[in-house]
Amino acid sequence: MFRFIGRRLLVAIPTLFLVVTLAFFMMRAAPGSPFDTDRKLSPEIERNVLAKYGMNRPLGEQYLSYLAGVARGDLGPSLKYKDKSVGEILKENYPVSLKLGLSAIVLAALLGVSLGVLAAMRQNRMVDHGVMTVAILGVCIPTFVTAPLLVLAFASKLGWLPGAGWNGGALANMAMPVTVLALPQIAIISRLTRAGMVEVLQSNYVRTARAKGLSESRIVVRHALRAAILPLVSYLGPACAGLITGSLVVEKIFNLPGLGKFFVLSALQRDYTVVMGMVIFYAALILVLNLIADLAYAALDPRVRLA
Amino acid sequence: MSAQVLAPSPPPAVRGRSLWDDARRRLLRNRGAVAGMILLGLLVVAAIAGPAFTPYGYDSVNKSDVWFAPLRHGHLLGTDALGRDLLARLLMGLRVSLAIGLVATFVSLAIGVSWGAVAGFVGGRLDELMMRFVDVLYSLPFIFFVILLMVTFGSNFILIFVAIGAVEWLTMSRIVRGQTLTLKHKEFIEAARAAGLGRGGIIARHIVPNLLGPVVVYVTLTIPAVILAESFLSFLGLGVQPPMASLGSLIASGAQDMELAPWLLIFPSAVMVVTLMSFNFIGDGLRDAIDPKDR
Repeated sequence: MFRFIGRRLLVAIPTLFLVVTLAFFMMRAAPGSPFDTDRKLSPEIERNVLAKYGMNRPLGEQYLSYLAGVARGDLGPSLKYKDKSVGEILKENYPVSLKLGLSAIVLAALLGVSLGVLAAMRQNRMVDHGVMTVAILGVCIPTFVTAPLLVLAFASKLGWLPGAGWNGGALANMAMPVTVLALPQIAIISRLTRAGMVEVLQSNYVRTARAKGLSESRIVVRHALRAAILPLVSYLGPACAGLITGSLVVEKIFNLPGLGKFFVLSALQRDYTVVMGMVIFYAALILVLNLIADLAYAALDPRVRLA
Repeated sequence: MSAQVLAPSPPPAVRGRSLWDDARRRLLRNRGAVAGMILLGLLVVAAIAGPAFTPYGYDSVNKSDVWFAPLRHGHLLGTDALGRDLLARLLMGLRVSLAIGLVATFVSLAIGVSWGAVAGFVGGRLDELMMRFVDVLYSLPFIFFVILLMVTFGSNFILIFVAIGAVEWLTMSRIVRGQTLTLKHKEFIEAARAAGLGRGGIIARHIVPNLLGPVVVYVTLTIPAVILAESFLSFLGLGVQPPMASLGSLIASGAQDMELAPWLLIFPSAVMVVTLMSFNFIGDGLRDAIDPKDR
């Protein structure tokens, strides 16, 4: 297993290298510069500023020194937020995104698996059709529709929940953003669980368990569920990518101080280092999560051998 | 040798039911899919013909008609902050969103099918290399690169198509490759090879046409994904630029004014949801119809 992890981490290096390279050259190909301001800088000052950040050197040289920095874990200084390094910005803001994302995925997994199991046990009956209709709705209603509608209903009209803000992650402030993020995931997870469960419930070993006289709930929880949620585990990686996309919107609508808010703004302001730092951060996160998903898959399914 | 000699023998008197006949029958029995097709048909007609029949232009600003509620002063769905008719804007937005959905899906289709078919058919080292490449791309946070693209080159129509299409081809190529692998050892491919057809000819004439089933299913599921991706970009202010509208940009501006004029949010959202749902119902129906064992 350690060899497997080691190999996967080795494969991750060229992937991250590709990410850094793409991000670097795309960002630099963009017209404009981080030092464009309303007032035109005098040429001397501009030259000084560029020199300070090493941006007067040839592009290739800058790229190499940036790569060297990344290899040492140094993502450089922010070009817009003076006196802050990219590492500091990431460190200050990622807890908000992380807390949002984790809460959403936990909520989605709990609700999604329960609903999926329920639907599978009542296959082709009212409960099943009900759950699956809700699941299709959940996939089709985008976050940027649910979020404003929820704000309109629960904040503007009813006044039950605050419409925006973080407030240190208070439950009332988290309720709507987490719901919005979780909804599409609940939909997908419940569909996956149902599909897996329907198949497993027809398998021979479940019939054996029934013949042994086990209760239906025990069969489901102890025997069937473990096999049925396998496809779900490999969905974990893409799910997290989806959560990141979702949180760009959710953080904007609910005005939360997470990372998502920074990305678009920094890209528009040409804050090269912040943008690249975030891309690298998220790419690494997705790679790690995919690895964890594979390990969990092997742990759950004894037929899978990590090689 | 005359043409007559090569002509196929006349069809037998009793027409057999082809796989496609069966699929059509199953599809038409699926109520959700039929409802989706009817709704989608209406939406497409509205998007194509609608803008020509609205009494107001989608971009005609009228500063005295700001924020009319629906059904007032001859504006069926009301007006926005600049006094533009929401119905006209909504029809135009629907047209733009559907067009982007179709074109970007076509881009992803072209890349995905050729990539997957070549990898699957040629096999060996090349296959390994091409699919590794897809694996690597899969693990990138793509939305960031689309955003970077839009920021880098400014948002224009063509770029939206290309950017989204270039992102969405990965799954398509995997499906196509898997399908090609199972096709490649079938007898009719063997026969084509024996008849002297080259690799390119076999891929184009025999492999690709036989991929149609799974590809059609996946296309109907890609279109809503593309529409969603574009709306997402528009919502962040990076997609379609005003005065042009897409469903996403309408929802975004509706969300800003929702306290004062909730209809600006609700109508575009409803159209968006109905559009995505029709596609998803059709896609699910097609999958059940073409590949019944998946049920």
